[in-house]
Amino acid sequence: MAHFEKANSIGEWLDQRLAVNTLKKVMQTEYWIPKDINFLWAMGMVLAATFGILLVSGIFLLMYYKPDTNLAFDSVNYTIMSEVGYGWLWRHIHGVGASLVFLIIYIHMFTGIYYGSYKKGRELIWLSGMGLFVAFSAEAFSGYMLPWGQMSYWAGMVITNLFSGGSLEAYGLVEWIRGDYVPGDAFLTRFFMLHVLLIPLAIIGLIVLHFGTLRIPHVNNQEGEEFDYDEAAELYKAGNVKDSKVIPFSPVFLSKDVFVMGVYFIFFFYLVFYHFDFAMDPVNFDPADGLKTPAHIYPEWYFLWSYEILRPFSKDLGLVAFAIAQVIFFMLPFLDRSPNVAPASRRGLFKYWFWLMLVDVIVLTFMGKLPPTDALFANIGLVSAILFFVLWIALPFITKSEKKL
Amino acid sequence: MKELKIFGIVAIFTLVLYWGVEPFAHSQMHKHVESNGFAYNGAADIEEVEAAKKEEKVKVKKAFWADVAKVAKLKGNVAAGEAGFATCMGCHTGMPINMGGVIPPKLDHAGALYSKNYLIALIKDPAMASNVDHKYKDTMTHPMGSIKAMMADDQQIADVVAYIMAKKAGEVTTKEAFSEACGRCHAMRYAKTTQLGDTPKFKYEKDALAHKIKVIDEQNAVKAYMGKLPPDLSIIIRARSAHFLETFVENPQGQLPGTSMPRVGLTHEGYEKVKTYLEEVGDPSKPAREDLGPKVLLFFLIFTALAFLWKKAMWKGHH
Repeated sequence: MAHFEKANSIGEWLDQRLAVNTLKKVMQTEYWIPKDINFLWAMGMVLAATFGILLVSGIFLLMYYKPDTNLAFDSVNYTIMSEVGYGWLWRHIHGVGASLVFLIIYIHMFTGIYYGSYKKGRELIWLSGMGLFVAFSAEAFSGYMLPWGQMSYWAGMVITNLFSGGSLEAYGLVEWIRGDYVPGDAFLTRFFMLHVLLIPLAIIGLIVLHFGTLRIPHVNNQEGEEFDYDEAAELYKAGNVKDSKVIPFSPVFLSKDVFVMGVYFIFFFYLVFYHFDFAMDPVNFDPADGLKTPAHIYPEWYFLWSYEILRPFSKDLGLVAFAIAQVIFFMLPFLDRSPNVAPASRRGLFKYWFWLMLVDVIVLTFMGKLPPTDALFANIGLVSAILFFVLWIALPFITKSEKKL
Repeated sequence: MKELKIFGIVAIFTLVLYWGVEPFAHSQMHKHVESNGFAYNGAADIEEVEAAKKEEKVKVKKAFWADVAKVAKLKGNVAAGEAGFATCMGCHTGMPINMGGVIPPKLDHAGALYSKNYLIALIKDPAMASNVDHKYKDTMTHPMGSIKAMMADDQQIADVVAYIMAKKAGEVTTKEAFSEACGRCHAMRYAKTTQLGDTPKFKYEKDALAHKIKVIDEQNAVKAYMGKLPPDLSIIIRARSAHFLETFVENPQGQLPGTSMPRVGLTHEGYEKVKTYLEEVGDPSKPAREDLGPKVLLFFLIFTALAFLWKKAMWKGHH
């Protein structure tokens, strides 16, 4: 057993047993972040905060939610909304948070793409981040089933049907996923388990991994500059904070994060109190009815772009396209053949690739919600979906020909 | 400055995204139905049959609504109307007794809730007034159809309507407005009310079950008459847009062609009462939201201001 001296303070007592002073250095005061950053670098902490809000509001909702097809709808819309003190607040926070978390994820992703923050040693940051995107998508989908409204039921029907594999007609697999021929009680209870336990656990694990992957390659900076962190850190510790290229995570980087979070929370709670409708589709306020298909079935906005890649093609081709679209972003670090880590504006053709991709995904998102019966919208959707793949096929070629900076 | 520029780009893309998936998408998904300002003059009905190219129907409807306009111009005699109103009381007893498929509505506040033109039209021909005449073209008759024979004189109709507008126009609560205008077909489980009215509290389960059977019987009768059980309206206020609800209540056929839902003839004020009740039951957190919202936002404004000062202090000397 180790030898312990009598401690003179609680801090010292903890330090002897947990090495808290070392921990604080490693995780905060001597965790070095580049100084040349903008507010987009705070999106990681904004995401962590939003996840925290979703977790806390989810715990409160979980106390009153009933995962049973006969009770679920009213437990959400009556018990939580009318009988539980501030139940409405937790529900609106949870609904708005679920939507905003995707907005921030997309901003975070496109920031990474713009600044090339997935290259040269940072591949795992990107891959674990994409893992988080997939986990959040599964979390959002499973959560959407729980109120057991019309959109829950029919979204569940449509998405699980995808697993029949088009012409493969693997209906056995679909039934296995549903636990029934159609979405029912078995379906609801298993998605409830996924939403409140298994997927959150995976998300927490992936967040830890995501933070871990940052440690060695370090956070990227606005110019993609490569510099000696130890040297910069020594300069900072010596008191020359003006010339040093780094800042400590806490309190300098954190102070800016907290300010950005403040601005974000104003926006967040404005939506929670005055504009929550966008995050809670009216159709889902009709109870699930397997005999009545809604006039329009569409996913929440954050899935629309991939939904639109599924829609304009024939059944099998659409499924293949959809499957590729789900995983293609994982491939980004390997399809980008350029040696440059730099903002897209300095990277020649890649600059156009970036903005085209961003606009294309937004156009796909628009078309994904519009009725496909309109020929104009259907054609715009088809062209955008084809462009999406053309851009991915072109990526290795245009980045290969990029001049070294 | 550079940060503000970046922020501007992010904000613009976010707003465009929002515009595309919300206002724009919804404008494309739902057909637009103009409100007619709760005026019951048959204009929409005639347009519908004209659009469907039913020449015969156009003639009939035009003649009918012209007649209604004629009666509306007559001066009604309230005292004479009282005697005529006694005829109405034969069925509109206010008791939950089903007659020909539905319970006749209570008329206690009819003068406050319904439009004068609509009431005239209703007495002249209930199916035409409600714009559900398509339902009765074969053998079925409107449950109130017999009124046509009982009250055929224009002056008498004017008198009865004058009586209703004068004597049945007392102060009406939001709940009364809902239960008189909608409640005989639509239940509202979050307000513990069914087609038979408020569900009483029972001491014994046996009595509760007996009541439940009565409710099921009534719902079955309504279902047989309407073709399907009209939906529970507990949270309809969140399931449909304000514009949809308003134009749907004005003229159900406009939003859902062929629906068996009759037009009920609410005035604008009458509709506002019903809507308020739907909000009270379906969106009860509204007052709490409006009360708490400014406080939370103020908190975060102060939080952000302090965070900004902290950031400035921390970054001092870094650039």
